[in-house]
Amino acid sequence: RQVHGCQSGHPGGSLGCTDVLVALYFNTMNIDINFNMKGIGEDLFFLSNGHISPVFYSVLARVGYFDVKELSTFRKLNSRLQGHPTTHEHLPGIRMSSGSLGQGLSVGIGAALSKKLNKESSFVFVLMGDGEQNEGQVWEAVQFAPHHKVDNLIAIVDVNGQQIDGSTDKVMSNRDLAEKYKAFGWQVLHMDGNNMAEVVTTLATAKASSGQGVPVAIMMKTEMGAGVDFMMGSHKWHGVAPNDEQLATALAQLTETLGDY
Amino acid sequence: MKKYTFTEKKDTRSGFGAGMTELGRTNPNVVTLCADLVGSLKIDTFIKENPERFIQCGIAEANMICIAAGLSIAGHIPYATTFANFGSGRVYDQIRQSVAYSNKNVKIAVSHAGLTLGEDGATHQILEDIGMMKMLPGMVVINPCDYNQTKAATEAIANYEGPVYLRFGRPVVPVFTDPNQPFEIGKAWMVNEGTDVTIIATGHLVWEAIQAGEQLEALGISAEIINIHTIKPLDEEAVLKSVAKTGCVVTCEEHNRLGGLGDSVAQVLIKKNIFNQNF
Repeated sequence: RQVHGCQSGHPGGSLGCTDVLVALYFNTMNIDINFNMKGIGEDLFFLSNGHISPVFYSVLARVGYFDVKELSTFRKLNSRLQGHPTTHEHLPGIRMSSGSLGQGLSVGIGAALSKKLNKESSFVFVLMGDGEQNEGQVWEAVQFAPHHKVDNLIAIVDVNGQQIDGSTDKVMSNRDLAEKYKAFGWQVLHMDGNNMAEVVTTLATAKASSGQGVPVAIMMKTEMGAGVDFMMGSHKWHGVAPNDEQLATALAQLTETLGDY
Repeated sequence: MKKYTFTEKKDTRSGFGAGMTELGRTNPNVVTLCADLVGSLKIDTFIKENPERFIQCGIAEANMICIAAGLSIAGHIPYATTFANFGSGRVYDQIRQSVAYSNKNVKIAVSHAGLTLGEDGATHQILEDIGMMKMLPGMVVINPCDYNQTKAATEAIANYEGPVYLRFGRPVVPVFTDPNQPFEIGKAWMVNEGTDVTIIATGHLVWEAIQAGEQLEALGISAEIINIHTIKPLDEEAVLKSVAKTGCVVTCEEHNRLGGLGDSVAQVLIKKNIFNQNF
């Protein structure tokens, strides 16, 4: 409905990552919904693939950072909910601007190092896309984290196999991402990102596996457009808004989201 | 006309290193990052005394800038250090999104700026960084003139909340400013008062401007010399006051004519429309 409301935005990746964001904010992470930028003593989350802002804003609102009604302002003039997250409108829950890809893992490393210096036991979570793995900076960060034993960091890669111009295999193959992360010295877990029970247990395993001198990466298999049949299995809904009829069809398949703003 | 003398020459980067040593001892929030250029940035003492607050990033500047941004969130004060070329143009997108647009308290401290880098050649003599950094929202741009001023600036910016680009250099140049000077961001320093021409200089060229002023005096021309160590925010009042008096201004900097100090001064004069220009 956010994307439909302004006829722009990224529904496909947002739907695929809904389960993991709900799990993080409602179950896994220790957060204070009375937002303060420093987040001392809290777990922190950084959205590196900022274009899936619809689901990020949606979860932030529903967990209580701001009023759910504000979601209707998404991408509109003077909204705090810009197409890609920014900090200067002071939207509670946003600690970093993102959108230009490849930067979030580095930011998460910095926040994790800061928590170590503060002797905090909190965790830092970063979500990236699989298309985003094309960016060179991702690999600068991937080599840094094991070298510096950043073991309070959990990186999640949304492996939906799609990017704007087509499948990741066609556009720029990631080959075996898990093996690549392992080769750099990461501990790698796998999960079905659209199976809530599995997401919750895998995130708990990731936390339990931390603190041993090795960062943890989760390869999260998802379906772009998960939950809406006509959006699934294609890159075509990466950045396209549904029309009125498509919105009605989609919402009929996700009735639990109807009518809350 | 005040006479300026010096007893020794030192590199401004060593002034930075001395400032970092002092900060390491006095400010527990200061963290230093470097991209494989520790010796060039003169931060060995900081690292020796505070190994837990130094982060070696390897030759990966993009990662370093964003790690610095992440470090700043909970109150650490990161100084991300490298050469000016690699700490501006190479990582512009990272600075733009994760530092400037995110309004993070990151200090980007870079050496080997400008033409005086010399022997390394054109690829390393960055002449565009002031312009690029000036355009970013909230970014303070500082280019101190000698060892003592660089040390003072290095320490002062730790007490300023917000992103800063601190630019200094490699060659040894005369040390002529007060070792105990206060450093106020955005406040011009009147080096010499004069009546005929205003010379506004920044960085290494302040000393050259002083030399020019002495030569002009011998020709009967009274030069007013202003050290603009902070290019953004520019001390507009100091510029306007001086130019209103002399009616003539020359700017000196190690930077492209586009985007540098000269550009900033010209813009102020155009906005205030106080006299004709040839730019």
